[in-house]
Amino acid sequence: MTAASKQPSGAASFVNSRQIMVGPARRKSLIAMFTLLPALVIFCAFWLLPFSRLIMMGAEADPSSGISAYLTILTHRQYLISLATTVGLSLVVSLVAVAIAGIAGFFLARQRFFGKSILVAILTFPLAFPGVVVGFLVIMLGGRQGALAQTSLWLFGERWMFAYSLAGLFIGYLYFSIPRVITTVMAACDNLDQSLEEAARSLGANTWQVTKDVIVPGIAPALLSTGAICFATSMGAFGTAFTLGTRLSILPLNIYGEFTNYANFAMAAALSVVLGVITWMALSLARRLAGGNLGASV
Amino acid sequence: MKSRLRFTLQLGFTLLVCLFMIVPVAMSVMAGLTENYFVGLQSGLTLRWVNEVWQLYADTIWLSIKLALACLLITTLIGVPAAYGLLRSRRRWANAIEELLLLPVAVPGLATALALLLVYGSYREFRGSWLFILIGHVLFTLPFMVRAVLSVMQTAKLPQLEEAAASLGASFRQRFFGVVIPNCMSGILAGALMVVTLSIGEFNITWMLHTPLTKTLPVGLADSYASMRLEVGSAYTLIFLVMVVPLLVAIQWAGRLTEQRH
Repeated sequence: MTAASKQPSGAASFVNSRQIMVGPARRKSLIAMFTLLPALVIFCAFWLLPFSRLIMMGAEADPSSGISAYLTILTHRQYLISLATTVGLSLVVSLVAVAIAGIAGFFLARQRFFGKSILVAILTFPLAFPGVVVGFLVIMLGGRQGALAQTSLWLFGERWMFAYSLAGLFIGYLYFSIPRVITTVMAACDNLDQSLEEAARSLGANTWQVTKDVIVPGIAPALLSTGAICFATSMGAFGTAFTLGTRLSILPLNIYGEFTNYANFAMAAALSVVLGVITWMALSLARRLAGGNLGASV
Repeated sequence: MKSRLRFTLQLGFTLLVCLFMIVPVAMSVMAGLTENYFVGLQSGLTLRWVNEVWQLYADTIWLSIKLALACLLITTLIGVPAAYGLLRSRRRWANAIEELLLLPVAVPGLATALALLLVYGSYREFRGSWLFILIGHVLFTLPFMVRAVLSVMQTAKLPQLEEAAASLGASFRQRFFGVVIPNCMSGILAGALMVVTLSIGEFNITWMLHTPLTKTLPVGLADSYASMRLEVGSAYTLIFLVMVVPLLVAIQWAGRLTEQRH
């Protein structure tokens, strides 16, 4: 479009918007409300109302302790330990995933070589795997008949396995975290101003100094934000844990156990509200850090 | 010389990460296609396990497809107008509403499912039908549709286009279907692919809401991992991959399409 043709339409829209403002300004907000209504009705009826009930349910007395389920979580070792295990495991997974995928993502964003797009594809396509499938893949690696067990049987005559323990969860969570971090890091590196690196280098900084003082601070918000997403995803990962073994004491499995095995609804409700608050806070932090445009990576 | 070494080291590291991601998938695909996984490839390739899965679990696959399409229909019908409403609302309101709609994604699926069971679980007929699961999927996927459409609307200069149409006398309905929808088609497409992929793979909500008669593909997967031999679980996973990987490729393609347009 040329500048000449732009001019009249700009003027017309100016006049027009003034006319609209005077008259049906209220109509405009009515239209906004009207178009939002169906989504909001469904949200309120099927999420907000049920979740409010869930929050209240958690305040009811826990059958075994006789006090409110929220208080029981805070006062009973068993729940505190499981809370600490879940938080600790998720934190470690996020840190390791950010470290590993940060290096690989930066490398892939900055280097051009033959076959790079295949590597990128391999590293990002597991994004769509549900937790159950990731759990099964961990079994393929470290289960009773997995790769490790077969190799160690052949080499040392005994089966080594890690799938059905916290180590298995760690590997599984790492598996679904790495693609998330890689996509974010690659996007952040593309947005990073390369001239900063060149300037640092021309001032005599070596590679380590450039990495430490230019690149890492430059993509730090992205790293923190994607780390927070990994943390939230790991906290709530039910499918992976469910496939690997239901005896581990982590929050999602506790919730499931309280609900199905003990029919202790108050406790299941309280635990899921606590878990929900933690993941929601982590994700709000992530969104704030990423400046609100997290569309692609959630 | 030094940078050559660094390149090699980083490439080696990246290749190791790639191996970690691809080896278990390759093993699973192999296991699904070999006669006996413990004997290895020399036992021969076969489609026997895929066949067995089809016989045992075909209805879970059909249900998942039905759910994904119904979910797509609903999220499009309510999500596209909602995105438009957000575009037209005051900034503060729009942010608050978007934050609300995002809650079912931010909170673990287990919690959403428990809440639904608590309030609607006692309506027997509703509880036992696939519509109960559909509700969970719609809650979970709606924000992705809204986000995708809204981000295209924000860059498509819709207010100017609409004003132009309004100045020519177009009514709201004409503007919405004649200007708004055609201009955010790429967003709807991106959102639709996302919704279908997420719905087909959804497990956390579905596992709590399903009944023996309403099992979806991921529920069947969990079932087969727990009770079937490794080859059957692998063949089932293979079927899932065949369904989902094309969708993923399409998502990336749609992403590139929207990038090019703006």
